[in-house]
Amino acid sequence: MTKILVDGIAVDVPAEYTLLQACEMAGAEIPRFCFHERLSIAGNCRMCLVELKGAPKPVASCAYAVKDCRPGPNGEPPEVLTRSGTTKKAREGVMEFLLINHPLDCPICDQGGHCDLQDQAMAYGVDSTRYGENKRAVEEKYIGPLVRTAMNRCIHCTRCVRFLAEVAGVPDLGAIGRGEDMEITSYLEQAMHSELQGNVADLCPVGALVHKPQSYNVRPWELNKTESIDVMDAVGSAIRVDTRGREVMQIEPRVNEDINEEWISDKTRHAVDGLRVQRLDRPFVRDNGRLRPASWGEAFAAIAAKLKGADAKRVGAIVGDLAGVEEIFALKALMGSLGVTNLDCRQNGEALDPAWGRAAYVFNPTIPGIEAADAILLVGANPRTEASLLNVRIRKRWRMGPLAVGMIGEATDLTYPHVQIGAGADSLAALARGEHSFLEVLKAAKAPLVIVGGGALAEPGLLAAAALLAQDIGAVRPDWNGFGVLHSAAARVGALDLGFVPGDGGLAFGQMLAPGALDVVFNLGADECDVGAGAFVIYQGTHGDRGASRADVILPGAAYTEKGATYVNTEGRVQMTNRAGFPPGDAREDWAILRALSEVLGKRLPFDSLVALRRALYAEHPHMAAIGSVEPGDAAAALERLAGLSGEPGKKAFASPVRDFYLTNPIARASRVLAECSGVARGRVLEAAE
Amino acid sequence: MLSDQDRIFTNLYGLHSPGLDAARQRGAWDGTKFLLEMGRDWIIEEMKASGLRGRGGAGFPTGLKWSFMPKKSDGRPHYLVVNADESEPGTCKDREIMRHDPHLLIEGCMLASFAMAAHACYIYIRGEYVAEKHALQRAVDEAYAARLVGEDNVHGYPFDIYVHHGAGAYICGEETALLESLEGKKGMPRLKPPFPANMGLYGCPTTVNNVESIAVAGTILRRGGSWFAGLGGKNNTGTKLFCVSGHVNKPCNVEEELGITFRELIDKHCGGMRGGWDNLLCSIPGGSSVPLVPAEQIVDAKMDFDTLRGLGSGLGTAAVIVLDRSTDIVQAIARIAYFYKHESCGQCTPCREGTGWMWRVMLRMAEGRAQKREIDMLLDVTKQIEGHTICALGDAAAWPIQGLIRHFRPEIEKRIDRYSANPHSDAVPMAAE
Repeated sequence: MTKILVDGIAVDVPAEYTLLQACEMAGAEIPRFCFHERLSIAGNCRMCLVELKGAPKPVASCAYAVKDCRPGPNGEPPEVLTRSGTTKKAREGVMEFLLINHPLDCPICDQGGHCDLQDQAMAYGVDSTRYGENKRAVEEKYIGPLVRTAMNRCIHCTRCVRFLAEVAGVPDLGAIGRGEDMEITSYLEQAMHSELQGNVADLCPVGALVHKPQSYNVRPWELNKTESIDVMDAVGSAIRVDTRGREVMQIEPRVNEDINEEWISDKTRHAVDGLRVQRLDRPFVRDNGRLRPASWGEAFAAIAAKLKGADAKRVGAIVGDLAGVEEIFALKALMGSLGVTNLDCRQNGEALDPAWGRAAYVFNPTIPGIEAADAILLVGANPRTEASLLNVRIRKRWRMGPLAVGMIGEATDLTYPHVQIGAGADSLAALARGEHSFLEVLKAAKAPLVIVGGGALAEPGLLAAAALLAQDIGAVRPDWNGFGVLHSAAARVGALDLGFVPGDGGLAFGQMLAPGALDVVFNLGADECDVGAGAFVIYQGTHGDRGASRADVILPGAAYTEKGATYVNTEGRVQMTNRAGFPPGDAREDWAILRALSEVLGKRLPFDSLVALRRALYAEHPHMAAIGSVEPGDAAAALERLAGLSGEPGKKAFASPVRDFYLTNPIARASRVLAECSGVARGRVLEAAE
Repeated sequence: MLSDQDRIFTNLYGLHSPGLDAARQRGAWDGTKFLLEMGRDWIIEEMKASGLRGRGGAGFPTGLKWSFMPKKSDGRPHYLVVNADESEPGTCKDREIMRHDPHLLIEGCMLASFAMAAHACYIYIRGEYVAEKHALQRAVDEAYAARLVGEDNVHGYPFDIYVHHGAGAYICGEETALLESLEGKKGMPRLKPPFPANMGLYGCPTTVNNVESIAVAGTILRRGGSWFAGLGGKNNTGTKLFCVSGHVNKPCNVEEELGITFRELIDKHCGGMRGGWDNLLCSIPGGSSVPLVPAEQIVDAKMDFDTLRGLGSGLGTAAVIVLDRSTDIVQAIARIAYFYKHESCGQCTPCREGTGWMWRVMLRMAEGRAQKREIDMLLDVTKQIEGHTICALGDAAAWPIQGLIRHFRPEIEKRIDRYSANPHSDAVPMAAE
């Protein structure tokens, strides 16, 4: 620890701290533009200049280490002055330079109201201008469908460049030209090809990069902000849902060090417009082959007519990717009361069973735990599309120091170098036999991590092979838990926690879909599958998508921004969304629909409010009450169970369940913005193939 | 005046062959092995004793700089980088060394690298110096062929030398920008600390020296530091290449003792002042980045680091630009301001935004199309740039304008008056750029 004086206040800080950190420790505020805690230090905006006693000129506090400060002539601790005349003058000067070429278009700038330049100009600038020359004009650039540019406003802090290069791992942005003519652009104005590109607009301290989809639409002060959780993938990023009136206007990231740090994927951010269109806003009933709007009463009556007297063995219930724990719990209770055992939530055909213990189907190492790993084997997992923020964590780990990554699955660009071991089960078997040198790397690693993804979850034999390999390389020890299952659907772990899998003699997901297998299928938001002919399908969901088009009765539910629902992410972390708005039209919260239906069916569910439902839920599944935390499972035992599974691993190449990153669920498919992103991404693939 | 026996660059004018044999006849590569056998510490001590100050502009003592390199390697290799990105307007001394006396440079590289335990040396040549690159490469090839350098050479110290050709950016003459460029990145200066002696090329301890500083090392070690220290004055020892350009009768490059007076330098070597001494307006004594010094102060001043600093200017690279009374001094400084605006790398705010601002105001002032209060504003802007930037380019852009305002404020005011007195006149014609 080193002692340093900041404006006369003595603080003890580690020697490797920067002056900026030391000043913040001492409670002094340092203005900054280019500096960002999660990016490398550029030191180019010069806004953080402070006076360091004894130094000939002011120093950039973001880049100057405490250990580089010289003590005074008699050994006094170095002294930083953040309020001295020199510091003030330096800040005023830098602010003036930043503003001389910055357009005076604040009234029409989308950054207005949350603009660092505005705020800091008020706090540290001068009140008049001395610049009488013409301002610089810079052409707008096309850098993709999600970020609109207004390059006149750019202050060249290079946060966007550093974010893409360091966090997102694509070298798409850079600065061309020099001096006054320096411009931020992508190469030949191509779209950025990152699934995290929206974050550059968040990072931009001025209005040079703004979110294109919501441009000219929102002002920060007219929004109601609701803290919530994202459901576009199984990572469960922390988000803030901004609404104006009834309408969700935008989704912004929140800081959650355990999950998304402060980034979110583009799908998370820009699925917003999908919440407005294709919505099911009233019940529908199919008459003579055509769906017609109906009242709740008619819909319930139609269901009751089918279910009453139906053979419980010919009734099934499936749960999709976006359902919250509460409605799954209610559905399970309702089906239980009807004696139905044909229950399943494993839409991608995962061969996972809650009976094996929780550790067998969650991402045991946890996302922050990735930073402790020193070798990673990806089995049928493409974290970049299945869990973008988890991929960011792996990349962060890779940047921290040597990290060996091996990949069995589709060859792809993960944004960090990796060894492509093979494409499918054969390669896994060969690796386990030691026919690939990567086994040595895994065995030599202190903290090896095996990630089994959606592409390899369908075959019990494959799970067994992966588990055996994990045991072989010592991935699970008392002090290290290196076996994780990577899910891509937000509802999956929660549903598995509740045991929403076939009961005694029950049919599994795929079997239920078979034509003629069932008479009645209750579909709670499963849109990635088609129910076979013959069954009467009750669809409860939010969007007119695949599930609704096959339905005989449609019950309109609430999307994740419209209900307080519990989701369990791939780590097994329990999190809760908050209601930011109301469902459209006659749509209702999902648990309430099921509660009302149970009344009509004469099987009244024993809860009248969400609180009562949760009380029952927590009584049955106590870990659901521990919001925000992960209940550690017994991974060693789970691995033992997995390793003991029998079955052929098969020969097929692993195929990720995420075929198109931007279009994985009904909300995303309804979004025009994400459709455009998907098109841009597909175009790139075509281009590459040519 | 420097006697011929004390000249280091005996082929400065290319009167003899630059080849290895001729260079050997002139004394290069003489006893290099003996010098190496004297040991690392001896070399550094001799360099310190010689009082040699860096010839690249800043005048930092070379021996001291060498001694900053870690004594023992921590596993990382050490590097010597020679800054041959000579782009300072008015400066053309390194060019002559590389053209005509390249073996002095190569020998110096060997000695300096040995003193710093570096086994590799990179020479970064300015992009525009195409002929010089070929000349130097030829000399390096000769040295390799004669096994003077290389993995297995006659001196018994494995040493490789690489000539790297830049792309012609002024900022790449800044030592850390040079390292970035050498690493294949954009030539933008790095934040300091860490200094190159700790974290330089590829993150390894590195010393960056000017061509002239390295090229004189061999002769200094052969003749002894005390010989070099005996030339010139205290703290300003030795000989220096002066590049005299501008309104003198015979502009030239010449090696002279530090501390020679301006008058002697011009009279002896440049055929005198064009139009006589009364015609001298001012001089920019150290390349375009130092403030100008008016005639009455410069004419009998000693040309050395400390005297010129005392005059509010600097010796810089000793590129003496002489301006006579026919010069449009405001326009001349505006042209320099344009140069810095053009060469600013754009990394940090004050320089990126400020150099353009200064140039535009200067352009108006050259015409007289300005307000008198803007003179003080301009001075304040230069002060806001100076010392607030990552590298010294901001300072270099600010100083010429500060010098102009310090010494020629009446001239600027006169123009403003003239312009405002005659509002209907055509624009005052400007010198071609």
